[in-house]
Amino acid sequence: MNDASGRSGPAGTTASWLPRIAYRHRLPTRIWHWVNALTVVVMLMSGLMILNAHPRLYWGAYGANFDHAWLNFGPRPFPGWATIPSTYNLAAARRWHLAFAWVLVAGLVIFLAVSLWNRHVQRDLVPKDGQLKPSHIWSDIKAHARLRFPTGDAALHYNILQKISYVAVIFALIPLMILTGLTMSPAMDAAWPWLVDLFGGRQSARSIHFLCAAAILLFIIVHLAMVVLAGPINEVTSMITGRFRVPPEREHK
Amino acid sequence: MITRRRFIAVGSASLLAGCDRLNNSQAFRGVLRSAEGLTMRAQRLVSPRGALAREYTDADLSPIFRSNGTSMPGTTDYARHLAEDFANWRVIVDGLVARSLSIPIQALRSTPHRVQITRHDCVEGWSAIGKWHGVPLSKVLDAARLSPRAKYIVFHCADRFGDRPYYESIDLIDAFHPQTILAVGLNDHLLPVPNGAPVRLRVERQLGYKHAKYIQRIQAVESLADVYGGKGGYWEDTTDYEWYAGI
Repeated sequence: MNDASGRSGPAGTTASWLPRIAYRHRLPTRIWHWVNALTVVVMLMSGLMILNAHPRLYWGAYGANFDHAWLNFGPRPFPGWATIPSTYNLAAARRWHLAFAWVLVAGLVIFLAVSLWNRHVQRDLVPKDGQLKPSHIWSDIKAHARLRFPTGDAALHYNILQKISYVAVIFALIPLMILTGLTMSPAMDAAWPWLVDLFGGRQSARSIHFLCAAAILLFIIVHLAMVVLAGPINEVTSMITGRFRVPPEREHK
Repeated sequence: MITRRRFIAVGSASLLAGCDRLNNSQAFRGVLRSAEGLTMRAQRLVSPRGALAREYTDADLSPIFRSNGTSMPGTTDYARHLAEDFANWRVIVDGLVARSLSIPIQALRSTPHRVQITRHDCVEGWSAIGKWHGVPLSKVLDAARLSPRAKYIVFHCADRFGDRPYYESIDLIDAFHPQTILAVGLNDHLLPVPNGAPVRLRVERQLGYKHAKYIQRIQAVESLADVYGGKGGYWEDTTDYEWYAGI
């Protein structure tokens, strides 16, 4: 998140009729955002079709129809508009899911490598001193609840709620999806038995896989709601071109 | 707002239609399918050739080991074998072997067994743990003396889906894996009919549909192209399941 406008002084020094344009998202971030957005949507929708095949979840190593399910959706619960493909087809859903899984893994690995190298992670995602103080987090929650979004220079940096949610998705949820997905493979469980043990058995891993998917869906809903509330055209444009029209500072704070 | 809502509705409908159209495109399916080979090579790369599937203890057994697919092959031939308690069931071993075999089921049942308590993972998502008793497939293949040209082992089954016989195939890495057995017993009893009586395959590093039941013939081949639909298995031919079912 660099200010490319060359006018990074106090907001008051900028002529108010000129919108201040800042360079907010670098190219690797933008490419990964859109590749990953497509990939995650395909994974969620094909994943729901796979879950349609056996919509029951268990804890432990085993679990089938005669065993206790902690969550039971009933037969074929997920409707066509939510699944890929839209009519029941486990084989096709698996083709989509297991092909896009490679895109998910490759995208995450490349994005993380680039973002550590260009210091996007260290500079923009890691919370700054004091940001993790409960009082700061609480004030940010209150600001979000009142839909008072950052303006001026503050809008050029992720706020602490953004940082927490982005770090959670990038460093916890997506890796957990990948690792629990791998443990659903009998071949991987033979090769790396420690991994399935880490999650408490294959059916536990399958349950965690579903819970993480639900968390990612929740993130997407909140994320989209925030984009709409914060000004969808400016936000989406900035994720396509990198350039962001900085909201002017409020007159009264 | 109405236009926005309509925009979203039309957008998501066309996204779905687009996915379905892509799904019906042979070229796109080919791209998706290429992931299967990548997955197989990657999994084989990180797996030692003889890496064993986890073996559990009696305490870990599923209380009920469910079955799937065929629960009773409906042919008159099978009914006769069942009425005879499978006394005349034989497993033919042929194809690219130096010595064809016709193994009576009693021989498979009385040969020293491997006993393994393993987890069966169905492509649908469920798992069940069962105790399998059987003869390592490698022993049978060694007795038949596989030709160096043989690359795949095909299992021909007694069950039918419509007029199509069930069959499956594996490559030699899985065929000679120590846990790949011709199972004749489940949980200290002879194999029940829904689980593949009198003999089924266990190939523990792959999903359930690879574990052919009701085996009548084991054929060594160089290529799968000439076997039934050419994709190496009933589900592979008819509904495009992966031939490599390691995940």
